[in-house]
Amino acid sequence: MFQVRIHGRGGQGVVTAAEMLSIAAFEEGRHAQAFPSFGSERTGAPVVAFCRIADKEIRLREPIMAPDALIIQDPTLLHQVDVFAGLKKGGYILINTNKTFEQLGLADFLRDWPHDRLCTVAATDLSRKHVGRPMPNVPLLAGFAALSEIIKLESVIMAINDKFSGKVAAGNIAGATEAHDIVRAEMEEARRQEAAHA
Amino acid sequence: MLKQCEGSHAVAEAVALCRPEVICAYPISPQTHIVEGIGEMVKSGELKDCEFINVESEFAAMSVAIGSSAAGARTYTATASQGLLFMVEAVFNASGLGLPIVMTVANRAIGAPINIWNDHSDSISQRDCGWIQLFAETNQEALDLHIQAFKLAEELSLPVMVCMDGFILTHAYERVDMPTQAQVDAFLPPYEPRQVLDPCEPVSIGAMVGPEAFMEVRYLAHAKQMQALELIPQLATEFKAVFGRDTGGLTRTYRADDAETIVVAMGSILGTIKDVVDEMRDAGEKIGVLGITSFRPFPLEAVREALKNAKRVVVLEKSLAIGIGGILASDVRKALRKLPIDVYTVIAGLGGRAITMKSLHGLFQKMKQEDAESVTFLDLDWNVVNRQLERERLKRRTGPAAESMLRDVGTVASKIA
Repeated sequence: MFQVRIHGRGGQGVVTAAEMLSIAAFEEGRHAQAFPSFGSERTGAPVVAFCRIADKEIRLREPIMAPDALIIQDPTLLHQVDVFAGLKKGGYILINTNKTFEQLGLADFLRDWPHDRLCTVAATDLSRKHVGRPMPNVPLLAGFAALSEIIKLESVIMAINDKFSGKVAAGNIAGATEAHDIVRAEMEEARRQEAAHA
Repeated sequence: MLKQCEGSHAVAEAVALCRPEVICAYPISPQTHIVEGIGEMVKSGELKDCEFINVESEFAAMSVAIGSSAAGARTYTATASQGLLFMVEAVFNASGLGLPIVMTVANRAIGAPINIWNDHSDSISQRDCGWIQLFAETNQEALDLHIQAFKLAEELSLPVMVCMDGFILTHAYERVDMPTQAQVDAFLPPYEPRQVLDPCEPVSIGAMVGPEAFMEVRYLAHAKQMQALELIPQLATEFKAVFGRDTGGLTRTYRADDAETIVVAMGSILGTIKDVVDEMRDAGEKIGVLGITSFRPFPLEAVREALKNAKRVVVLEKSLAIGIGGILASDVRKALRKLPIDVYTVIAGLGGRAITMKSLHGLFQKMKQEDAESVTFLDLDWNVVNRQLERERLKRRTGPAAESMLRDVGTVASKIA
């Protein structure tokens, strides 16, 4: 079972992102369960949503306390919420920011982390560009597909078409595709560097 | 057709496939998405010959449901928590009048203190109201139970509550197999009421009944629930023939055949319990599960049959009978009358407290010890309770308890579990 935890703020589409991740996994014939943490769904308040992906029925209903991957939709949460709580050693981390991990002050924390598990992408900028709104969830999801290869970009696009239609869907697909390209290029670069060091 | 969708959406679609004629509801979280979904289907014309009535309160919702059901319309509503409590007088009337209304209860805690999270306090508070209560383990089961509920309700002329864990199921996206209209039509015939308010053939419904017949009328409701004990498994068999799925029935066991310890529970927590049981089985422990689908009527015989060879029974329930402990556990003890089996009550998950595999592992190990307590509160923070009790010993005006205890806990908004 692969477990993803998404952190963000109310209004950033955190819950929708988890739902779309589950739809993308479903489209690939897998079992998936997405659910929000409840109670603080106010605009700007910290929100957490979860998604489990597996090849058999998912019966477990506890919150995800030891995720395989983290998607952080708002880097200001790093100073407010223990977003890394329980993250498995070497787990995937994708952060929505135009800064680097070093600039975010995470260099020490992630010193021994495999480079091909870490990525940042300026998803808010991408959604502004393609959708006209600061809604980083969909570009991040596509970036996550490129980072983890748990789901394909085509499945993310199917999930976009499930949730949105018309101009919003088209904009999100454009944003998703660009984010996927950016992250894939970053990952290739990271792997090249890793190989050079080895 | 397989689809990945929200539990509320799955229920809305299933209810629509049952061809309801009147939907009357008042929004309350976590039920809101269900009636919103059906409302959209009525407005778009996808659900035909159905009137969606926006009412001013839950009391009105159930009152309108009584009226429309008495007029011969297949009637549905949904509620939760304080909403269910607000409609209680009408809830009792619906069952007393023998009206086959189907209602979803998206289970949620009851205040005070205010809490919008899941537990079973709401529907359990109505255990004696005369409605049949079915509990769903998954969104697939919630969907399926609604289809069975209309048939069960209408055959018996009794209202049915389908209880599904609020948020945990209603807001979860998972895979469901959505039946076709043809399948549902093959299973569920058009509603043929026993009593109709019809101006052409006038009758009175709800007349005064004095001591001369009140007990008999009341007993009739009990007799019908006893009939439901026969009908519920029968409908599950019919359902399987049409839909190919094992859903419903009175109870369901899991790895319980040779089990020395059997855990009894209702609703979505059964999934987590089964995962724990699998791990404990792998470690050689003889442990199994009994899920109760039909809480009312309570299937005493089926429960006794499932548990009779166990050494100990652990009843895990998401509600608290303040002043005594367990509610489901009391019913289970009645089922096991005169059998030499230890029954333990575990109160867990109140107000949305997460029930984790880790806690359940620890709990089930503890229950094997000779000195296991008969009532356990899973993951209760005794420090917080004791500090408040100590404050109250030392001082008269201690102020509001919940607020003081919240201060002791510190902020919880950003905690993950």
